[in-house]
Amino acid sequence: MKNQEETANRPDNTAFTQQRLPAWQPMLSAGIVIPGFVLIGVAFIGIGIALFVTSQNIQVLERDYTGVDKDSPCFKCTNSGTKNCVCTINFSLSKLFEGPVFFYYGLSNYYQNYRKYGVSRDDSQLSGDLDAFKSPADTCSPYDKDSQDRPIVPCGSIANSMFNDTFKLYQIVNGKKKEVPLDGKGIAWWTDYNIKFRNPSAVNGSFQAAFAKTVKPINWARPAYELDPKDSANNGFLNQDFLVWMRAAAFPDFRKLYRRVTEGDYAKGLPAGNYSLDITYNYPVLSFDGRKKVVFSNVSWMGGKNQFLGIAYLVIGSLCVVMSLVMLIVYAKFKFPEEDA
Amino acid sequence: MLRWIRQQLGFDPPHQSDTRTVYIANRFPQHGHYVPQKFADNRIISSKYTIWNFVPKNLFEQFRRIANFYFLIIFLVQLMIDTPTSPVTSGLPLFFVITVTAIKQGYEDWLRHKADNEVNGAPVFVVRSGSLVQTRSKNIRVGDIVRVAKDETFPADLVLLSSDRAEGTCHITTASLDGETNLKTHIAVPETAKSQSVSRLEALQAVVECQQPEADLYRFVGRITVTEQGEEIVRPLGPENLLLRGARLKNTKEIYGVAVYTGMESKMALNYKCKSQKRSAVEKSMNTFLIIYLGILLFEAILSTILKYAWQAENKWDEPFYNQKTEQEKNSSQILKFISDFLAFLVLYNFIIPISLYVTVEMQKFLGSFFIGWDLDLYHEESDQKAQVNTSDLNEELGQVEYVFTDKTGTLTENEMQFRECSINGIKYQEINGKLVPEGMTDDFPDGSVPHLSGEEELFLKAVSLCHTVQISYDQTDSPPTTFPYANGVSAQMEYYASSPDEKALVEATKRMGVTFTGSNGESMEIKTFGKSEKYKLLHVLEFDANRRRMSVILQTPSGEKMLFTKGAESSVLPYTKSGEIEKTRLHVDEFALKGLRTLVVGCRRFSTQEYEEVDRRLHEARTALQQREDRLTEVFAFIERDLELLGATGVEDKLQEKVQETIEALRLAGIKVWVLTGDKHETAVSVSLSCGHFHRTMNILELVQQKSDNECAEQLRRLARRIKEDHVIQHGLVVDGSSLSLALREHEKLFMEVCRNCSAVLCCRMAPLQKAKVVRLLKTSPEKPITLAVGDGANDVSMIQEAHVGIGIMGKEGRQAVRNSDYAIARFKFLAKLLLVHGHFYYIRIATLVQYFFYKNVCFITPQFLYQFFCLFSQQTLYDSVYLTLYNICFTSLPILVYSLFEQLVHPHVLQSKPALYRDISKNSLLSFKTFLYWTLLGFCHAFIFFFGSYILMGEDTSLMGNGQILKANRQLMFGNWTFGTLVFTVMVITVTLKLALETHFWTWMNHFVTWGSIAFYFIFSLFYGGIIWPFLHTQDMYFVFVQLLSSGSAWFAIIIIVLTCLFPDVIKKVLYRHLQPTSTQKSQVIETYQGLSCVESLCCLSEGERGCGRLGQLVERVMGHCDPGRVSRSWSDPDPFYSNDRSVLTLSPVEATHC
Repeated sequence: MKNQEETANRPDNTAFTQQRLPAWQPMLSAGIVIPGFVLIGVAFIGIGIALFVTSQNIQVLERDYTGVDKDSPCFKCTNSGTKNCVCTINFSLSKLFEGPVFFYYGLSNYYQNYRKYGVSRDDSQLSGDLDAFKSPADTCSPYDKDSQDRPIVPCGSIANSMFNDTFKLYQIVNGKKKEVPLDGKGIAWWTDYNIKFRNPSAVNGSFQAAFAKTVKPINWARPAYELDPKDSANNGFLNQDFLVWMRAAAFPDFRKLYRRVTEGDYAKGLPAGNYSLDITYNYPVLSFDGRKKVVFSNVSWMGGKNQFLGIAYLVIGSLCVVMSLVMLIVYAKFKFPEEDA
Repeated sequence: MLRWIRQQLGFDPPHQSDTRTVYIANRFPQHGHYVPQKFADNRIISSKYTIWNFVPKNLFEQFRRIANFYFLIIFLVQLMIDTPTSPVTSGLPLFFVITVTAIKQGYEDWLRHKADNEVNGAPVFVVRSGSLVQTRSKNIRVGDIVRVAKDETFPADLVLLSSDRAEGTCHITTASLDGETNLKTHIAVPETAKSQSVSRLEALQAVVECQQPEADLYRFVGRITVTEQGEEIVRPLGPENLLLRGARLKNTKEIYGVAVYTGMESKMALNYKCKSQKRSAVEKSMNTFLIIYLGILLFEAILSTILKYAWQAENKWDEPFYNQKTEQEKNSSQILKFISDFLAFLVLYNFIIPISLYVTVEMQKFLGSFFIGWDLDLYHEESDQKAQVNTSDLNEELGQVEYVFTDKTGTLTENEMQFRECSINGIKYQEINGKLVPEGMTDDFPDGSVPHLSGEEELFLKAVSLCHTVQISYDQTDSPPTTFPYANGVSAQMEYYASSPDEKALVEATKRMGVTFTGSNGESMEIKTFGKSEKYKLLHVLEFDANRRRMSVILQTPSGEKMLFTKGAESSVLPYTKSGEIEKTRLHVDEFALKGLRTLVVGCRRFSTQEYEEVDRRLHEARTALQQREDRLTEVFAFIERDLELLGATGVEDKLQEKVQETIEALRLAGIKVWVLTGDKHETAVSVSLSCGHFHRTMNILELVQQKSDNECAEQLRRLARRIKEDHVIQHGLVVDGSSLSLALREHEKLFMEVCRNCSAVLCCRMAPLQKAKVVRLLKTSPEKPITLAVGDGANDVSMIQEAHVGIGIMGKEGRQAVRNSDYAIARFKFLAKLLLVHGHFYYIRIATLVQYFFYKNVCFITPQFLYQFFCLFSQQTLYDSVYLTLYNICFTSLPILVYSLFEQLVHPHVLQSKPALYRDISKNSLLSFKTFLYWTLLGFCHAFIFFFGSYILMGEDTSLMGNGQILKANRQLMFGNWTFGTLVFTVMVITVTLKLALETHFWTWMNHFVTWGSIAFYFIFSLFYGGIIWPFLHTQDMYFVFVQLLSSGSAWFAIIIIVLTCLFPDVIKKVLYRHLQPTSTQKSQVIETYQGLSCVESLCCLSEGERGCGRLGQLVERVMGHCDPGRVSRSWSDPDPFYSNDRSVLTLSPVEATHC
């Protein structure tokens, strides 16, 4: 044994200092990768088939109602002068459209993701903060105050440009229009409805009084507290359509949920037959080459119709299998020399 | 006043004159014109900062870095313009980076402050107003008389006034300054040496005049004027009178000295200079890449800006009804808007420049360099020295070395001299059993008989035992201080201390042969010839210097004769001899050299009285000169050291270090060219070169030596070049000597380089220190710009160590100067193999992957943002939330790469060491080549495209991914919105980027597992937390519950899985195919390693037996039985090295060599 002093500088002999920590040293060689790829490939093909079939079973019905063509039913409404113009689209279903049916409106070429547009809102106003009612955030400009310097509630571009076409769906039963009940509840995020957005607390028992000294957004027909005349609970910032609109879409072509068909005779879906859709045409899109459409769709456990996900799984899965075959050949032919030759 | 301010600010140098005048004890002349000079106080300030200036100064230093400055600018831009991302996104990472760096630097500075305070507050004794006063070190002023006791360090540069010895000498060691551990004698001038007490010092009237402070430790020129009874006596002062701050007093009870240089003006402080910054090749490529990325950034920003305006040309896109502009926007000027848009895009994309790259690289280097010091394989047990890292900036450069320049003495050899042979008066002698035996005779004297020496032999031995600067130390240091140790007689514990190991070997040899050097004080030397004491008066010492290459002493023999003894290199002594067996001796010297012995020639000269008087006078004049003292001394020395009588020559052997041959061979196999640069003779150098395997017997040795003229040299060079061309099958070795080299370098640099490049081994002999550096620079600046490494142990190697890309110091016997100036220091040459082949390889792979990965992950990060602009009218909408932007680089993806870069080992170290050829796989900066860089960058772009468009297509029209939300409530089909989309892309990105690194990792320690999976888990946990709360201080609650909503959709999970796998799939295929179709040798050895069983390789002792099939069980048994204790294993070289050949040198003449081989 060397004595302590003579070897005072001797480094510690531990796995850490000597870089000998126990370690797993995987190597990406064909031997490991081939079985892995086969497994992944098979699994992916399985998932892909499942996803694809599911997606195939989803029924989608789309109708453009912008009215660009002269012979389209809504062409008459495209003239910006007409107010509350109603046009009707007819369509027929050859078989049962399985429920629950989701009813969307869709916009194209509409940039909800424009930066200035996206920030043009005041979240404290929308959480019912009365102080923010008096002085909306700067980001809302130019929709923070009207020309007489009165604060706009809800302020900002998003709120101001809220989609205001309305739809009524009828089934033609024996030549008569039978209204299909549309369910407008629960179409927005639960957290938006219950936590993030809050109406101002009523002043002197009056909900309307909370909005005193403010004006409605310029483009709106009715103030926020009167958004839904039929359902008093569906007013103010907690109006479901408003909540849906306020969640800005990621891309310029988007759909937003309008209603669900869940009630009464239609709980199982829309039976085969003829239908007509009455559209109150208010929202101008032609000025920026936009398009409007309505979409009926049902959904599966994995969402709306999207064949791409299934196809992607199938493609990658089969690629995995193919590549594992290729690697097998390579492996057989170019095995490593045992020693360096 | 103005001038004072200017001086304080450093505009005007405060000292105007060339000399400083120091009045001892600050007793200024009462009359006469005297302007007091201003001197620095004795505070040592090694710290950079004070509490007050730390923040501004440190910030200033940090923002001088381009990357930091860039982010500062981005931050400021964000504050000024209408920015798409909050200033926090770049401010916080910048703050983080700056803080981490500042903490590190602050901590280092705090340590320096602590050390400074300790030094400055140390108690010292100063003579003031007639008594000894204790004060603090920082209070010493120039002119103070300081008392230093035994074993204390000197608190300032002092001129020795007196010691407790009558002759005014003292011994010091300068170990902490230059590492030389020998005792050095310093002397006081006789006039002051008498003043041994405070009261007598009080009466001393003296003035020291000396040069202004300079950094050279070994130069001091000055004179002291002592006024004694009205008479002024002038004495010269040299380095031998100066006691340097930091040196330690030894063997002497106490001394008094006057402070001449204090504080920051002391020589030690002047040597604090920071070393010139060396930058590694990796760092250079890193900077190039940064510039390329800056280009990409600018390109993207400009493209986006132009496209934005192209798009906005139509009013319907510029200002649709739903998104009208404010008054201010409408009215601001076009140009201003354009610029502000450009800046906004710049801000949006700025993260493509990886902000944390520098700080991560710095941490990696700092932490990673510990592994070198910790390595037991680099620990030298005999001397108890471990490897030392002086700069961690060059770790990866160790893996890039193409040329190794090595010193011979002390680097390849032990620098442990053994006297072997000598030549006296034309007869060769060998030392056998401590007796001098003429060649051809055997030791036939029976033991105990008194050998008699002839007159020549005796004179030769006396000359050798007198002509040196060896000191003696006695083990009983606590001997009564009143008696000078050597008066005790020769004790058994007597030990010689010499600055040159040759001298020590020679003096020890003469002692064995009967002529014992027993001691010296400043004035006399004493030897014992077969028990008979002789005392020589020491008149002068003509010290050794590298240019003269010889040293002399002038002595007065007991018989009163005045004699000069000279010893030195044969080339610098033989030309000055005029009598003796010159030719025979020359022959013998060459023979010694051929055996690899170091030779010295000894001569003497007898002075007549007149001659001596002249010599004495001229020496005195030169030594007292204040100007050009060196030149004048050289002149005088040349005048003295001539007309010598040749006495003989000595041959001293320097043993080769262990494993030198194997190491050189390993380096060669690694593709590294080894050049030996030495000051030795041609023949010595060649023979050592052969014995250490630098030259092979099979090599064709070309010579470029003793070229006298330019033309001749050019002609020879051309001849050599032709021969190399004709004979390109065989390996060539080249020998160049110093003088030919300077000729070749002067005019024919290109031709010379051409020849050198084609030689596999080059040996340069007779090199001056500066020439060594010149050779290194020549190679460094040659067109291929190879990476050079210089390794040496002595002061003469310092210039080359500093010149080379990487400088390695060997902790040898020649002091610590090389070590101090080196980047890395190791105890033995053989450690170089592991340092380069294993550590260098690892560090290079680690840092190269680190750099590439950083760029890759930032491309992945930012490109989706860029792509998103095409879908949002170039409105600078961010894809990710600000918090994600901020934390991506500092939290989510920082740790895996740091851990990877600390622990990655793609091949087992043992394999790297036993297969040096693997080093070639990473040569020429291959992992940072432009091709690799392009691969990583393109990979980043591809992945970013897959993230973005994969998510885009899968999301469809914003509804298709969202399931009916069975996790939350049945029958809902909600929409995503832009933030959910961004979060999807971000999630996919974090996972992919982390897994990509996992694919690159070959060495999974528990830490890698922890940080890799931990990072992904942290991202999820953080996101849940961040999205789960309404944050009161945030303006917008964009991210509220977004992450939960995303994860609650089953198809989002499917989407994440498929996108991640799609990204990694091609990479895996590529890796597998390359491994099987075009395996690099590194990959091959990985396979071999696994085939043989990891456990087997882990324990070297299994492999060294050549047992291929050593299984896990066998190893286990071995472990259990204790055969394989890891400590022993890790230090052992695998003995039967594959490249080891029994190729002995051609010239195995020397029996000496055979004994150690």
